[in-house]
Amino acid sequence: MEQVLAVLIDGIIYSAWLFVAAIGLTLIYGVMKIVNVTHGSFYALGAYAAASITGALLAKGMPPALSYAVLLGSALLVTLIVAPLIERGILRFMYVKDEVVILLITYALFLILEDAIKLVWGVSPYFIAEPYGLLGSFDLLDLTYPYYNLILVGVAVLCGVGLTWMLNYTRTGKLLVAVIHDTEVSRAMGINVERMYLFTFTFGSLLAAIGGAFTAPTVSVVPGLGVEVIVLSFAVVVIGGLGSLPGAALGAVIVGLVRSASIHYLPQAELFVIYLVMAMVLAFRPRGLFSIAEARKI
Amino acid sequence: MSAGHAPRTLALILAVILAVGPFAPQWILFLLTIALAKGLVVLGLMLLLRCGLVSFGQALYYCIGAYAAGMLGRYLGIRDLVTLMLAGMAAAAFAAWVLGFLLARYRGIFFGLLSLALSMILYGLLLKTEALGSSDGFHVLPSTLFGVRPADAWVRYAVLAVAAVAAFIAALLVHRYLDTPLGRLAPAIKDNEIRVEYMGASARYAIHVKYVIAAALAGLGGALAATTVGHVDPEMAYWTTSGEFIFITILAGTGSVIAPFLGALIFGIIHTVAFGLSPNTWQMVLGASLLAVIVFLPNGLWSVFRRRKAA
Repeated sequence: MEQVLAVLIDGIIYSAWLFVAAIGLTLIYGVMKIVNVTHGSFYALGAYAAASITGALLAKGMPPALSYAVLLGSALLVTLIVAPLIERGILRFMYVKDEVVILLITYALFLILEDAIKLVWGVSPYFIAEPYGLLGSFDLLDLTYPYYNLILVGVAVLCGVGLTWMLNYTRTGKLLVAVIHDTEVSRAMGINVERMYLFTFTFGSLLAAIGGAFTAPTVSVVPGLGVEVIVLSFAVVVIGGLGSLPGAALGAVIVGLVRSASIHYLPQAELFVIYLVMAMVLAFRPRGLFSIAEARKI
Repeated sequence: MSAGHAPRTLALILAVILAVGPFAPQWILFLLTIALAKGLVVLGLMLLLRCGLVSFGQALYYCIGAYAAGMLGRYLGIRDLVTLMLAGMAAAAFAAWVLGFLLARYRGIFFGLLSLALSMILYGLLLKTEALGSSDGFHVLPSTLFGVRPADAWVRYAVLAVAAVAAFIAALLVHRYLDTPLGRLAPAIKDNEIRVEYMGASARYAIHVKYVIAAALAGLGGALAATTVGHVDPEMAYWTTSGEFIFITILAGTGSVIAPFLGALIFGIIHTVAFGLSPNTWQMVLGASLLAVIVFLPNGLWSVFRRRKAA
């Protein structure tokens, strides 16, 4: 019984993390049809910015309670600088190219950003333990959990609800949905699709950076941080269906629970099961669990 | 394929490598052998790319080939280089034949993502398999050639010579294959698959065949890399390894069977030189050159040669 509970709680916490990491990827794919490898770079950028800025401010005597706002602020800051630069500077010239070629372009950008991060922040690790340690922990039956994990879950719920609200109830969101359904017609109806792309890329990347920023206090921030996030979020998004928001949530929950179950019952299979699920979903429902059939084009 | 004299050029390159090899320093021999191993993998990716398919998981077969060669030495004591290479090739080809029934149905981004998932499954498995050294991998015993162990000073040259001959044969066969009806179907599949089927050909079958050939080449390259480096580890199946292969494929282009080896050599040189000069920015150099090639030379470096010939 206790182990089942532990599996569930660990699974939910891991799902929350996965969801925040992957949701921006599905948004960008939905609107722009780009499988964006730089997503992992923005995760790493968010983590680095958060760790260095929060660390510096804490050293100057900032009250630790403010650090949560600073985590968010640093993710925002770094994304607003880098994402528009990439979208306006490079990606916008590439939209005419094939889906697979754009994927390769984002892979090239990922390689560049990977080293840019090393140039800016160096190669030695960053630690900020305060936001994590400040909250203490709580006991559930015999298990101890840090309160900080609840913040992660909170951030995930906030991101999911916020994005759903944005898409359904705001002007920008409704325009975005129109672009998702048909770019050409949207353009003909006078929607500034270019601006929508810029907004989507920045916003999607911001979500990745937020994921990185809020993970930073729980890990040591080292080079290569984003590399694993890329494949993991690919797995989550593919399981749910590329471009589907509820799909990303379902994918995150599936991967989260499967992984936590395997850690508790069969630790050898930890990584392998995630990709097994991904391959199975691709094998039986290639377009993911939440997907609409698409006509074959001649 | 306009490169009608590819076989002659290949033979010339082989002769130069075999003749100059004994006088070259050890590190150049090593660089060349690794470039040949990677070139073999890329040769296979080129076949797929000609159909418009990009596999983000070719490291799967590279790793299978490498581990197959390593395990034969480790458990059965087989150390003959040629046997190991053939074994790596066979293991990878068999795996691809089985998985091909599934993958040949996929196109575009989904082909890439499914092959990625499959390679990550192997990575996840190897990472946790203690008998095979988990994340550290294991050492591959130095190999012998037809039962003889070459003298230490000649090991690198011997391996290079075998690699060069293997790459020569592989490139020649692929060159021949490209001229067969099945090989010529590739650009047609890329352009319009439905028309291919109306013509009476099966795109799925053609892709399956190419997929198995590509995997066999990757397995051969993997076995070669394993004996050259003397070590295998799960990183060989990781997605960044696949990314490296795709990088070389795009860099080289699909213009000729020589292009993959040239691309792999250039990659090896960029890697060695840029990494030596500045270990923290060499990936940036790679990324920037990939971008430049995609934007300015969409058909790869090989198109430079071709344009000059046309002019």
